[in-house]
Amino acid sequence: MKRISITLTALLVLAGVSACTEKPQTGGGVRQDAAPYTGTGSNFTQPGWKAGDKTSWEQQLKARQQYSQNEYTRTR
Amino acid sequence: MARMKFICDAERCIECNGCVTACKNEHEVPWGVNRRRVVTLNDGVPGEKSISVACMHCSDAPCMAVCPVNCFYRTDEGVVLHDKDVCIGCGYCSYACPFGAPQFPSQGTFGVRGKMDKCTFCAGGPEANGSQAEFEKYGRNRLAEGKLPACAEMCSTKALLAGDGDVVADIFRNRVVQRGKGAEVWGWGTAYGTQQGGQPPAGAKS
Repeated sequence: MKRISITLTALLVLAGVSACTEKPQTGGGVRQDAAPYTGTGSNFTQPGWKAGDKTSWEQQLKARQQYSQNEYTRTR
Repeated sequence: MARMKFICDAERCIECNGCVTACKNEHEVPWGVNRRRVVTLNDGVPGEKSISVACMHCSDAPCMAVCPVNCFYRTDEGVVLHDKDVCIGCGYCSYACPFGAPQFPSQGTFGVRGKMDKCTFCAGGPEANGSQAEFEKYGRNRLAEGKLPACAEMCSTKALLAGDGDVVADIFRNRVVQRGKGAEVWGWGTAYGTQQGGQPPAGAKS
């Protein structure tokens, strides 16, 4: 009888402790963000490149850098 | 495409604060928050220099390393962004950043302190590109419109350069060769180099 009560107590303690386990922490920040070359669909989008085409977007930005930030290309 | 980078040409910056104004206006940044600001080095001393400072979108960003809730992420273009839905406003990033970029509104989610706000390289945040939700939290997404950051595009002397790192470096290198001086780029090594801010150069005796 004593052995049964000890076993039951041990099982109850185990069940109680198992409820105290830590919840899995999966909220590790957000990694989902649309790539900029997919565009916004806005009317203010700069013409000269096609939304969704990464290469044309990159070329557009590089060209914009040259004509808007490098005045030596104009003074030469 | 190489990584997106900023360079401020101290030989050209005239401390007009045009970049600061452009940023504030473009993103409707609230009072008390300055994503970009102009700093004067050796103020009052002959030969003083001014530079425009904001988040440099570091290669090995300290803010990302210290954030306890991992709210930062880096885009394929090398832009360091964060998710305000995850940010708890603890301020660790503010202590870690060598440029003082993270800003905290005096009113917001946590009463006397809002969620962290910083320069996004005009790339918005995790919300849908160009959406109203993205604009309200992070400002305009100019990169997705095929444009460069407003601060650099509004710079009257073109002291502030932004965009593809290779192109930016080429433009700056050409300037230095043409004028024959002013090759120092403040913050470049700290943000994009192997030598981190506050650390002695490699090989130096301690």
